[in-house]
Amino acid sequence: MKLRLKHSFGGFTLDMEMTAGAGITALFGRSGAGKSTVINAVAGLLRPDEGLLEIDGETLMDTARGIHIPPHKRRFGAVFQDARLFPHLNVAQNLDFGTRYAPRGVKTPRADVIDLLGLSPLLTRAPATLSGGEKQRVALGRALLSAPRMLLMDEPLASLDGARKQEILPYLEHLRDGPLGLRIIYVSHAVDEITRLADTLVLLKEGRIATQGPLRDVMADPAAVPLLGVREAGAVIEAEVISHADDGLSQLRISAGMLELPGVQAAVGSRVRLRIMAQDVLLATQRPEGLSALNVLPVTVQSIRQGTGPGVAVALQAGTDILLARITRRAVTTLGLHEGAQVFAVFQATTVAPESIGH
Amino acid sequence: MTLDAVAWDALRLSLWVALWATFIAVPLALWMAWILARRDFWGKSLLNALVHLPLVLPPVVTGYILLVLFSPNAPAGAALGAIGLTLAFKWTGAVLAAIVMGFPLMVRAMRLAIEAVDPKLEQAAATLGASRIGIFFRVTLPLITPGILAGAVMGFAKAMGEFGATITFVANIPGQTQTLPIAIWTALQIPGGEGAAAAMALLSCAVALGAVFLSEFLARRVAARIAGTA
Repeated sequence: MKLRLKHSFGGFTLDMEMTAGAGITALFGRSGAGKSTVINAVAGLLRPDEGLLEIDGETLMDTARGIHIPPHKRRFGAVFQDARLFPHLNVAQNLDFGTRYAPRGVKTPRADVIDLLGLSPLLTRAPATLSGGEKQRVALGRALLSAPRMLLMDEPLASLDGARKQEILPYLEHLRDGPLGLRIIYVSHAVDEITRLADTLVLLKEGRIATQGPLRDVMADPAAVPLLGVREAGAVIEAEVISHADDGLSQLRISAGMLELPGVQAAVGSRVRLRIMAQDVLLATQRPEGLSALNVLPVTVQSIRQGTGPGVAVALQAGTDILLARITRRAVTTLGLHEGAQVFAVFQATTVAPESIGH
Repeated sequence: MTLDAVAWDALRLSLWVALWATFIAVPLALWMAWILARRDFWGKSLLNALVHLPLVLPPVVTGYILLVLFSPNAPAGAALGAIGLTLAFKWTGAVLAAIVMGFPLMVRAMRLAIEAVDPKLEQAAATLGASRIGIFFRVTLPLITPGILAGAVMGFAKAMGEFGATITFVANIPGQTQTLPIAIWTALQIPGGEGAAAAMALLSCAVALGAVFLSEFLARRVAARIAGTA
């Protein structure tokens, strides 16, 4: 999918260009960055001042040529923050609404969707009697049954509490990795959701694209730290589960060596995503001894990026992966850090929370 | 003719006129309510005022305006006469008077119902592949049905009770334009007619109560269906 947009409203200008391919493309930005406007323009619910939208060789919108395919002919399934279930229809009828308009021949099997999302106990219920998490599952099922060529998700988990989020996230991972192989544009301002789900990350700031690329590259980019928030920034790397020890720790292999982490649910041999928060990574010029932290990796300073405050973001080459550390400017001077310096990255095993380990 | 016969004739005519008026006015009122609720155009407030005019105008004035417009010599009356539809001093004229007088009440009830529908639901339906017509019949219409029913009952009740505009426009012809309220008024003009007037007033109350009960019953059923408990 290729999208170009220019739209002004209420003193705000959105001016962006992005592409989205296979898997989940996350569109991240603070509230007011223009995320929902992008979704509405892609869905056809909004006519932008200027814009171009192409997918699978089809032009769905081109203001220069006066092309605006109406929303119902675009075949983008949408899931919104408020589930928008039809209140006069029960769950089964809401799902049927999706099936009804799916083109012949590409219909998604209803039983598969009900099975995938665990909807069978809910079928006769009215939307008003569902919990927030259940509503979102039904909305997701309804969108899937309309056999969309791409799924648009606008903050689908934003109104849910932590437990409900954990209830939905595995379903989204199934969609990403499952046989449907669905393309998804996922709008969110929650970094934890994005690091868990996204393959590609697009950072939107005040109506403009700040950076976009594969999730791992963007998360490891020191320039992205202020955009994601200093507390949320941190590299996402892939690891292989080697073994589970009796004391609850698991051994995982990354390109730079071995890590010991607690609470890893994944089976031995499977690959998991790790998120290592930049503010949890310490740097040492010599291999530290007598330390309670279990994980020490030899790394090379790749770049040092000065923030506006006392903080500095340091990109570290660890094997073929990049880690991010956020330390103080004073520490950079004291340790004499410079590009190419060989140092040790130290982080406690507990710093990678179980829920941020994705499958 | 006995008083009984007058009363039954008047009741039958009133029901006939009110049913026709409701039947014709509901789609028109729904269309008008839709335009006022959903469209923005130049002169919208003027149209809105025009629709509501019969509510604030003395009914006699409304009847007079209808007479001026639809008498057989007037342009509108002549045009309708050419296609065989005479309104002045006919039951058809009573229907028109009932429609005009009930219209603002119907439009108001339906407009409120349309404005209460969350456009986001309709947007969701569009992203699922529903066309505008599909959205209207499968999402919007079911959601505004209670409002349409409420408007229809209001219009029907207004048509049953309409007096001023009707008597001004189509006069007081037994069996043709003498509706129940007009028959009651006529009975009160005759010495000794109080008994007949009281009987017809009771009849009027019964019909009104029946209409209210029916609408409550229907509204509750629709509401239950929308809440998904039925």
